[in-house]
Amino acid sequence: MGHGAGGRASAQLIEELFLAAFDNEWLRQGNDQASFAAPLGRMVMATDAHVVSPLFFPGGDIGCLSVHGTINDVAMSGAQPLYLSASFIIEEGFPLSELKRIVDSMAQASRAAGVPIITGDTKVVERGKGDGVFITTTGVGVIPPGIVIDGAGARPGDAIFVSGTVGDHGVAIMSKRESLTFETEIRSDTAALHGLVAHMLAAVPAIHVLRDPTRGGLATTLNEIAKQSGVGMELDEAAIPIASQVDAACEFLGLDPLYVANEGKLMAICAPESAELLLSTMRSHPLGINAARIGTVTDDPHGFVQMRTRFGGRRMVDWLSGEQLPRIC
Amino acid sequence: MCLAIPVQVIEVLPNQQAIIDLAGVRKEISTALLDTVQVGDYVILHVGYAIGKLDTEEALRTLALFGELAMIDTISP
Amino acid sequence: MKYIDEFRDSNIAQKIADRICAEVDPARQYSFMEFCGGHTHAIARYGVSELLPANVRMIHGPGCPVCVLPIGRIDHALTLALERNVIVCTYGDTMRVPASGGMSLIKAKARGGDIRMVYSASDALRIAQENPDREVVFFAIGFETTTPPTALVIRNAQACGLANFSVLCCHVLTPSAITHIFESPEVREYGTIPIDGFIGPAHVSIVIGSQPYVQFVEQYRKPVVIAGFEPLDVMQAILMLIRQVNEGRSDVENEFARAVTAHGNVTAQALVSEVFELRPSFEWRGLGEVPYSALRIRPMFARFDAERRYDLVYKPVPDNKACECGAILRGVKKPTDCKIFGTVCTPENPMGSCMVSSEGACAAHYSYGRFKDSAVVIA
Repeated sequence: MGHGAGGRASAQLIEELFLAAFDNEWLRQGNDQASFAAPLGRMVMATDAHVVSPLFFPGGDIGCLSVHGTINDVAMSGAQPLYLSASFIIEEGFPLSELKRIVDSMAQASRAAGVPIITGDTKVVERGKGDGVFITTTGVGVIPPGIVIDGAGARPGDAIFVSGTVGDHGVAIMSKRESLTFETEIRSDTAALHGLVAHMLAAVPAIHVLRDPTRGGLATTLNEIAKQSGVGMELDEAAIPIASQVDAACEFLGLDPLYVANEGKLMAICAPESAELLLSTMRSHPLGINAARIGTVTDDPHGFVQMRTRFGGRRMVDWLSGEQLPRIC
Repeated sequence: MCLAIPVQVIEVLPNQQAIIDLAGVRKEISTALLDTVQVGDYVILHVGYAIGKLDTEEALRTLALFGELAMIDTISP
Repeated sequence: MKYIDEFRDSNIAQKIADRICAEVDPARQYSFMEFCGGHTHAIARYGVSELLPANVRMIHGPGCPVCVLPIGRIDHALTLALERNVIVCTYGDTMRVPASGGMSLIKAKARGGDIRMVYSASDALRIAQENPDREVVFFAIGFETTTPPTALVIRNAQACGLANFSVLCCHVLTPSAITHIFESPEVREYGTIPIDGFIGPAHVSIVIGSQPYVQFVEQYRKPVVIAGFEPLDVMQAILMLIRQVNEGRSDVENEFARAVTAHGNVTAQALVSEVFELRPSFEWRGLGEVPYSALRIRPMFARFDAERRYDLVYKPVPDNKACECGAILRGVKKPTDCKIFGTVCTPENPMGSCMVSSEGACAAHYSYGRFKDSAVVIA
C-alpha cells in the first residue's frame, strides 16, 4: 500500500494523473492548500460524497458526476460556483487506466463548467474496504446581491417547474446493474446547471426556491420543500415531462419515475406573476428546452403533495420509504 | 400483484429466448412457457418470462366497448 | 407504449365513470373486493376511487404475496444468508420486509449476508453456475403467475446437473385464498360476507384461466369479473360487477379477454404440476393457516428443495397484537380502523402484512390516499 502513505509513490500518482489532468495555477504551486481572494458578498459552501455504482454508466461516470453534483448544490442557492476541491479514496488494486478515465472526465467537466479543482487529496485503502473509488467534492461560490433562495420560500399560489425530463439518471444506472440489463439508449442527464440558473435569475431575480431532485427523485424534493415551507402542492401528472424510454424502463421494473434520481435537472418555484417569463427563459437555454410547469403551491397545513393523475383521478405523492427497488408485484 | 406488461417480440433467438421491445427499450427474455412465438407477436412479460400472448384484435375490441351499454364474454357455470 | 397507454386514457375513463353513475342504484351500497395487490396499486396510483360514486366501495384483498408471506419464512432466508453462508437470491419486493428481531434481508446484507436482488429466476440459476464453490438459494415467492418460471429453473437445474442450487419455495395459490375469505368467521356470524363481488386477478388468470373461478360463483353466488391491469380495465370491471349485482346475476366474466382464456396457459400449468405439489396447509400472514393454499417441491426434485437440503423447520411468528391485518385482508375493517395505522405502523416501520408492501391495503392508503382522511382537502 505505497500510495497515500506519503513518499515518492504517492507524489508520483498525484503528479502524473491528477495534476496533468486538472492542471491549473493553484495545483502547480504544489501546496497542501490553495488560496484565493475572498469574493465580496454572501459565500456558499457545499459538499457531497459520491459512491455511485457502477462507476461508469451511459452518459457519464463518477468523475463528472462528482463535479456536476457539487456545482449544482452551490448553484441551487443562486450562487455562482467559484472553486472545487476533490478528495479520493481509492481501493488498492483499482486499475490505473480506469482512474485515469475518471480523472480525465472530471477535468473535462470542470473545465467546461469554468469551475477549477484547486486542491485535493488522495488516500488508498486496503482491498475490500472501498468500492473501487469514492470521491468527495466540496464547492464554494458567492451569491449575487439581492438573491434570496431558500427551501422555506414557497408560498401558496406559486408556480412549480421542472427543467426537463425526469428519471433519466436513475434508469441509466439501473440499466447497467447486473441482472437488470436492457439494451437501451437511456443516458444519464448529469450536467452542471449553474449556467441555467444564472440565465433564470437574470430574467426573474425573485425566484423563491431552487433545488435539484437527485436521490429520491422529484417527489422527494417536492415533499422536502413542502415541509420546509409549510405548504402543500398540487401537481398535474400529464405535465411532468418524461422520456418514453425512461417511462418504458420504469414499467419493466415497477418503478415510479417520480422517485427516480436525476443529476442534470432542477425544480424551481416562483411567484405566479413571473411564471410565464420563467418558463420561456428556461426553455430558451439548452439545459431547459423541455422545461414545464408541473403544478402550484397550495395552502395546506398538512404539507401534502397531491397530484391530479393522467387518468383524471387524484392521489398523494408521498415521501419514499427507503430506496425504491424493482418489484415483481 | 404481478407486474406484467405487454411487449412486442422483435427477434426470436435459439434456446427459447427472444428479444422484445417496449417503446424502444429492448430486453432478452425467455419464451419457454409459450408453445410458439413469432416476430411481431405481443406477449405478456413477467419476471423475464413471456407467460401468455396478447390477442391484439381482442384488445381493440375491448377498447371499443369500454363504457358501452353491453359487454362481452360471460362464462356460464 | 402500445396496449398500455390506450388503457389509461382519461377521456374513456370519464365515459366509464359516467356509465357507472348512470347505472348504480342510489338506494344501495356496492362493496367489491379486488383480490389482487396489483389492482390495489393501480386503483391507488391512478386515483380510480375518485371517479367512483360514493356508494361504490373498493375493498383491498390479500392478493399480495409479499404481504401474506409469514415472518417465519423470511427468517429461513435470513438463516441461510447469515448462518449458512448461502448466496440468497431474491426479488426486490422481499428485501425490506421486517422479520424476527427487526432483521430484514436488506439489513442482513449490510451485516455481510450475501443477498442478491434478482429480476428473474434465471438470474439465480446463472449465479449458481458462476459460483460453483458456493451454495445458492432462490427465495421463490409469488402467486400462480410467478410459479412457472421457478418450475422452469428447477427443471433446468436438474437438466444441467447443478449441485449447488436450491429453491426456498413459498409459492401460494389464489383460489384457496379467495375461498378462505368466504369461509371466514364473519361469514358464520353474519351469514354472508360484506362483499358483493370480486375483481379477479389479471396475470394469475393468464396462467390458470378463467375456469377455476366458476366454482366460487356456483358455491357462493357472488360475481367475479377478471380484469386487466390498467385503470380502464379496473373501471370497466367495476361497471360489469355493478351490472351483475343489479341484475341479480353471479357469473364469471372476463374483461381481460385480450390475454386470458378459459383454460389459461396449459404448458405452464403442466410444468408447475411436474415440479410442485400441494402443501396440506400453509400459514398466510394475517389469515392464519389456510388449507391447500401453497406449493412445495416434489420429492423427485428434492435436492433442489432448500427446506430439505438445509433441514429448515418452520416456526410461526405472531404479529403485533394491535395489528388488524387479518380483518382488513378479509374486507371487514379498513386501514383507518386499525389503532396503530399511521402512528406505530407506517411504510418505514411496518407492523403487519398490509403495510409491508406498497400494494398492501394499508400501505396503498398511507402513501396514496391518506390526504382524504384529513379534514382539509384542497380541491
